[in-house]
Amino acid sequence: MELYLLLLFMILAAIVAVEINDLLSSVIAVGAVGLGLCLTFLILKAPDLAITQLVVEILSLIILIRATIKKDLPLVRDGRWLFNTLSTLLFIGFFLIFAWFALKELPEFGRPIMRISKEYIEKGLQKTGATNLVSAIILDFRGYDTLGEATVLFTAVMGVLAVIRMIGRINGK
Amino acid sequence: MENKKEPGMTLIVKTITRLTVGLILLYGIYIVLHGHLTPGGGFAGGVIIALSFVHLMLAFGRETALKKLSQTKASILESLGALMFLSVALLGFLGGFFFFNFFAQKGTPFDLFSAGIIPLCNIAICLKVGAGLFAIFVALILFKNLKKKE
Repeated sequence: MELYLLLLFMILAAIVAVEINDLLSSVIAVGAVGLGLCLTFLILKAPDLAITQLVVEILSLIILIRATIKKDLPLVRDGRWLFNTLSTLLFIGFFLIFAWFALKELPEFGRPIMRISKEYIEKGLQKTGATNLVSAIILDFRGYDTLGEATVLFTAVMGVLAVIRMIGRINGK
Repeated sequence: MENKKEPGMTLIVKTITRLTVGLILLYGIYIVLHGHLTPGGGFAGGVIIALSFVHLMLAFGRETALKKLSQTKASILESLGALMFLSVALLGFLGGFFFFNFFAQKGTPFDLFSAGIIPLCNIAICLKVGAGLFAIFVALILFKNLKKKE
């Protein structure tokens, strides 16, 4: 029940974030969506994800408010709203129809447990010695995936620093 | 008490920040070191550590925070974290394959020093994520100020 209330709240906040005119209010609405997602993770019993979602949400809000809100972003609000609305509704309808057919075929959530994850759950503690099973999976069984994520983050940081520092030097001359 | 030259926010914010910023940093370190025992881990702890420096920068202005951790140092720390993670992974070849948990004894569960390579990986990821996000924040702030001077 709380889950559906939270989902409804998140959808409403997302609509507000898209439709409102003020940029600061829009950023705050995006923050509301993120914090609702954090509570949803808590209700679904995933505290690791909830902690990460909370701190990343706060950091991204600070970056959005502090570093990009002052820029003049042009708002495109030309005509053809009838065409835009109709095509949006059409594609939402398509998506819902296909999602209905696809979701009917899926097995029930979390059941049956797949073969590999069953082994993780049963032997994770004795094989790695870590009591936090999520940590054991992402850093030991699935170390390759974490290495890939770390590479993605490294590339992103290097890209931002390279692009921004180049402009800064040209301005400094 | 009109002192427009002093950067940062008001006296109230500065006093509260002086009290809380150390606690936030300690909490981040706790989350990282206990990543293999309790919920959390390298990523979340690294972001909390970065948030403590961002907090310092918001309250006291740019110079105070950059004196604690400059952008060059943050970049170096980030690369160090990436190298540490990769070398822990490569050390697994001692036992036979990539990412092998090469400690012979895993230690007792619920101990701080247990679980082999997982705490080392957590510390590496914490360095990477925390320093990387702080570097991005600093870069965006510096870029904005440079554009304003134009």
